[in-house]
Amino acid sequence: MRAAAPLEVRNLSKRFGVGNAIRRAHVHAVDDVSFELRPGRITALVGESGSGKSTVARLLARLHEPSAGTVLFEGSDVSGVRRRRDVLRYRSQVQMIFQDPFGSLNPVKTIRHHVERPLRIHRIVAPAQIEERVLELLRTVGLVPPEDIAAKYPHELSGGQRQRVAIARALAVEPKVVLADEPISMLDVSIRIGILNLMLKLKDEHGIAFLYVTHDLASARYVADDILVMYAGQVVERGPIEQVLSAPLHPYTRLLLAAVPDPAAKLHAQRIELREGRASAAVDPTEGCRFVSRCPLAIEVCSRVTPPLVEERPPQAARCHVTAPST
Amino acid sequence: MAEETTVIRTGKATLLELRQLVVDYGVGARRARAVDGVDLSIHEGEIVGLAGESGCGKTTIANAVMQILRPPARIAGGSILFAGENIVGKNTEELRRFRWRNVSMVLQSAMNALNPVMRVGDQFVDAIQAHERIDRRRGLARAGELLELVGIDRRRARAYPHELSGGMRQRVVIAMALALQPELIVMDEPTTALDVVVQREIMQQIEALKRDFGFAVLFITHDLSLLLEFADRIAIMYAGEIVEIGAAEALADGAEHPYTQGLLRSFPPLSGPLTRLTGIPGSPPDLRDPPSGCRFHTRCPHCLPDEPELYVRQTTERPVLRPLRPGHQVACHLVEERAT
Repeated sequence: MRAAAPLEVRNLSKRFGVGNAIRRAHVHAVDDVSFELRPGRITALVGESGSGKSTVARLLARLHEPSAGTVLFEGSDVSGVRRRRDVLRYRSQVQMIFQDPFGSLNPVKTIRHHVERPLRIHRIVAPAQIEERVLELLRTVGLVPPEDIAAKYPHELSGGQRQRVAIARALAVEPKVVLADEPISMLDVSIRIGILNLMLKLKDEHGIAFLYVTHDLASARYVADDILVMYAGQVVERGPIEQVLSAPLHPYTRLLLAAVPDPAAKLHAQRIELREGRASAAVDPTEGCRFVSRCPLAIEVCSRVTPPLVEERPPQAARCHVTAPST
Repeated sequence: MAEETTVIRTGKATLLELRQLVVDYGVGARRARAVDGVDLSIHEGEIVGLAGESGCGKTTIANAVMQILRPPARIAGGSILFAGENIVGKNTEELRRFRWRNVSMVLQSAMNALNPVMRVGDQFVDAIQAHERIDRRRGLARAGELLELVGIDRRRARAYPHELSGGMRQRVVIAMALALQPELIVMDEPTTALDVVVQREIMQQIEALKRDFGFAVLFITHDLSLLLEFADRIAIMYAGEIVEIGAAEALADGAEHPYTQGLLRSFPPLSGPLTRLTGIPGSPPDLRDPPSGCRFHTRCPHCLPDEPELYVRQTTERPVLRPLRPGHQVACHLVEERAT
């Protein structure tokens, strides 16, 4: 029995215009992306910079309008929602955490102010209970003693503590979905694990559905249940993360895996091939696989026909004519 | 500083040596000692990694080696010997010749350090002409050769920086650092802003170039996993001090300092069984008021009052780097006690 998906994305696309009136080009930042986020599960969205992974998170947070496709929240389409009341309701259910814990907090306001504000705006608890709830939230994210932390200003906290404040603020509205966009990449190595452990705790104890956007495969494996690998705006592989990482289908997933520093294997052990000119394949794409110019497995059909996402080893699916052919 | 010295590479001569280096930011009560008595040597043709968290002093060391510290930072003690000669206190002209010819630098954001309105090739010519008499045509030819060394088509010398990807720009900067064939290249987080695939391409390139040209590298990063794979030796810094130094394999297999062990436990594995990791609790100390005794004692899992004698030493006495076995040094009271 599968739980209902709080958030489902169908054929989502986003194009950005670049250039000028004469030489107009479109970046297909997100192209025909479909997936769902389930309660108590973490879905990792990985890819290189420019692959469109952050744009997906921003589309879900409604910071961008999609060019095509639908976003379903508990089954109802939210793509066209514009009324303030409806937008507020959506935002109270789908929260976003950003990469930069330094930029996302107001330097002249105390931590109490940051955590209290969503409680007031979304009227989560009665005014008399706000203080108690603030302290409880700070405790939940491991900021103790909460009374002391609440009175501090952002600059008095470390990067890891600030990111915890950002998470407490996101949790204040009791969201069903949290979109975490590279939440640890600006933090020191020794405190990254703490934030990942917090995400694991929140998914277990609060049943939150997480989208974890990252370029770090090892941290994705540590927290996530499922993985979506993006390349040039498209999902090129998806499936349960252990299955995908232990037997990747798509050549790009394989390349990513081979590139991660692995102290166990000395550098020369897994040299990867250098290819020049990777001008983004997402700018005015033509028919054909977008990875073809970098692909060691490419065959004739690859540059002619865009491969569909095929469930080669269900539920693991990939867009590749060679490793996941559509028969 | 001798010009055009022919360096005869006789195995493992010491190229750079920091002796009890101390660097302060500010003075008086607000003084922060970012680097506190660091000893570190780099041999010819060796890659030495310097790892630690933000604020541990690793970038300050890089800037001290390049002699580009600016007030309020200043060298408050110790010496920096390059090929036996102290470079602390050299005048501007001597330093100008020293930089780039003997030591060059690649920064994290170096790809943004290129002049956006100047063709890449001309930027090479500029850099070379600052040190050598060379006409533009020969300079451009040299630029082409250097670009090919880092796997970029020589015709790209005509490109403007914005026409190149981030990874290519970073390779251009590495090629520029090689322009005068320095003996040492200081690299401060050169791949941190890049994707893993590009990062690996660049690391492979640096390794190959090092093999061909024999320069040494001081490689600074917070990413210990990268160093374990790539460096010959690794020094671990914490709160302005080096707490452990050893061969990369030695640290990978048997790190002794609890901080190093904590760092190693902070990287989830990409294969094999997954266990809950703990990282390191707490955060690095304020260097204006560092903890007494061992600076790591406030976060150390082995600093417990139930061993009173050791506890007193840990909290009051500063540990010093001591050789544990040849080439492997650790500054830790616990390790010292176990060894005796």
